[in-house]
Amino acid sequence: MSNDNIVLYERKPLPAKLPLIGWSLLLIGVALTVLAFSIDNVRASYNLIIVLMMVFSVGFGSLFLIALEHIVGADWSVPFRRLTEIIAAVLFATPLIALPLFLNLNEVFSWLNPVVMDSDKYIKNKSPYLNESFFVIRNIVVFLFMFLFYFLLVGRSLKQDKTGKADTKKWSTKISAIFLPIFAILITVVAMDWLMSLEPKWFSTIFGVYYFAGSVLAALAVLTFIAITLAENGYLSKYLTEDHYYNFGALMFAFTNFWAYIAFSQFMLIWYANIPDETMWYMQRGGEGWMTVSLGLIFIRFLFPYLALVTRPSKSNPFRLKIIAVWVFIAHYYDLYWVIMPEYTKKTELHAPVYSWFEFTVPILVLGVLIVVFSLVAGKKNLMPIGDPKFRKGMEFHL
Amino acid sequence: MDNKILHSVTAIFHTPDDIINAAKAVVKEGYKKFDVHTPYPVHGMDQAMKLKRSPLGYFAFVLGVLGATLGLLLMYWTMTIDYPLNIGGKPTFPLPAFIPVTFEITVLLASVATVVAMIVIFFKFPNNSHPLHDTEYMKRVSSDKYGVTIEAADPNFDLEKVKAFLAKLGGTNVEPIYFDNDEINAKRTLLEPKFLTGLAVISVLVIAITYFTLNKLMFLEPFNWMMNQQKITAMEVTTFFDDGFSMRPPIEGTVARGFKPYPYKDSVDLASRFLVNPMEFSTENLENGKRKYNTFCSPCHDYHGNGVARLNGQFPNPPSLHTDKVREWTDGHLYHIITVGQNTMPSYDKQLTQDEKWQVILYVRALQRALNAQEGDLQ
Repeated sequence: MSNDNIVLYERKPLPAKLPLIGWSLLLIGVALTVLAFSIDNVRASYNLIIVLMMVFSVGFGSLFLIALEHIVGADWSVPFRRLTEIIAAVLFATPLIALPLFLNLNEVFSWLNPVVMDSDKYIKNKSPYLNESFFVIRNIVVFLFMFLFYFLLVGRSLKQDKTGKADTKKWSTKISAIFLPIFAILITVVAMDWLMSLEPKWFSTIFGVYYFAGSVLAALAVLTFIAITLAENGYLSKYLTEDHYYNFGALMFAFTNFWAYIAFSQFMLIWYANIPDETMWYMQRGGEGWMTVSLGLIFIRFLFPYLALVTRPSKSNPFRLKIIAVWVFIAHYYDLYWVIMPEYTKKTELHAPVYSWFEFTVPILVLGVLIVVFSLVAGKKNLMPIGDPKFRKGMEFHL
Repeated sequence: MDNKILHSVTAIFHTPDDIINAAKAVVKEGYKKFDVHTPYPVHGMDQAMKLKRSPLGYFAFVLGVLGATLGLLLMYWTMTIDYPLNIGGKPTFPLPAFIPVTFEITVLLASVATVVAMIVIFFKFPNNSHPLHDTEYMKRVSSDKYGVTIEAADPNFDLEKVKAFLAKLGGTNVEPIYFDNDEINAKRTLLEPKFLTGLAVISVLVIAITYFTLNKLMFLEPFNWMMNQQKITAMEVTTFFDDGFSMRPPIEGTVARGFKPYPYKDSVDLASRFLVNPMEFSTENLENGKRKYNTFCSPCHDYHGNGVARLNGQFPNPPSLHTDKVREWTDGHLYHIITVGQNTMPSYDKQLTQDEKWQVILYVRALQRALNAQEGDLQ
């Protein structure tokens, strides 16, 4: 590959059936969601929050991965950066998913109910933050910031395919440095607004980090699966090696451990201090019925991926990585289900896990959104950043 | 010179690309016993050398699992079986609290095991010498060059052929390395008595210096003319007095200031007949009485004197202070009980001064009045 004349990447159009699959999944998902809203709009709303949070994880996590590459000057991920950029475009679907929720806020967030608000002085003290107008305003601000940074980070990279300008790197590095602290604040706001405020009385200062760890895992899983599947079917460069994939495995391994560390830290501190305002959240998830789901989370989200990724071959073997990526993505769904649905069963006083076609619309809708956005945005673009001066160096990456 | 044993042939290369290609070529030529030396990890070397997986991971895994098990068992045995303690109402097997410690022990044992296994397997413990030590080749490859070593132990080894092969690959400074005769004859290993003796001496020295530093040096005063004065401190043995005590007993018949003897120790009747409360009903006296009551009396008698209090169940409950009997006792009677004690109740003579006892009695009277108010009290 030291020969500069080798063509590293030639564009091959994506198969025509991909948008077809995507649109049909999306239509089924939307139809089911509409049906669900007409039957039981509370339950449908809670499930739509899971969809929103999953799509958000993938988009925002991808944006984080792009910024991470720029700011640490990584070589290995340059060949995959275009894929990450395309996946990050699912962020544009989030306002559409959130729209029915904004119309239904009263059904979901109990802090909008003045009776609940006045019943507890802790909830009442939070009213400067938890009120309808501020909620809507700050979420719009979050969306605007997301779009702004998407264009700032991705726009020049797309132009680079034609111009091959080297100064884009400097620009992207600067933008990433500005983006990362803002990203930390935005993802904390999102986690607090859509996940924590379902239980308005609860306190946990680490919750934003918890959602962040899961988000990066979800984004990595989607990226790994798409990259390996496309590469195996010849849509990417034929010079990609297992060394390139190794870092997917290593990062997933690292973030699996990070997630476990954060989740356990949150649990242990709350368990140790034993203050009712904090333990209530875990009490709800440790009650009969939910206890099994909670214990399952340890295995599904941490132990299985940990053991699956611990050896070196499984971090670079494409087949194993694909399976693990699917597993990690399902585990993210499981995690969000565990965070969100106990609040639904608490509200409806069922106090046991529920799973029926209501819940099953979630994966259909999420897959539909991901595939449709991917096929739409990928369109006529190159799937690898051929104009990036570091592209060749990235292709020559060795462990 | 002739009896020297050949160890290997070395060659120096100048760029990372050269060394990768050289490693690939050596593998292709069929050599098994060879090694590559670089000043830093060169990416892609594992594949170029076709290295097999290192066995160290298994040691780390096994010892890690062992560490987790032992750590958990240790805490389980100490905290749950041998000496169960109630800490903050947690169960005696608080698993979440054990996990951080278990994690630390796992990491500790796994990493120590990896290092020890590396020393034993790859450094061939207790061997501590290698023919490549102190050679010009090793100096170069540990600073700025890359080197290939093909060992004589390889089945395909042929000195002239290997030399020509390495030169053809582009290696410079192609030279043979011989075993050092001194090292072979002296059998210099880590189990050599001289080395072990040295190790023992150094260990003793380190222990002695550590002991001296921590136990002596750290307690030396920077200056001592204030610390060491010619005087006798309390509780010190002295030769100045015949009995050896440095503290002198008071002269017989001495009375402390403000002390009034209590002459009625044996008789409640006399106390209740002759003692009168010298304190008057004032806010100040009541406040002080309340403070002393809450400190010394309330654990058994309760804050309101009804006798069911915080120590309920650990001692027989004291009778209520609101019975007619107690209400009709004189202040002197109460004073006598506080001073001498009654039944299970011990004497509070040492805890309360005379004035404080009278203030407590005032407060008890106030409590009794509060639970048995008369009509006039409201006005």
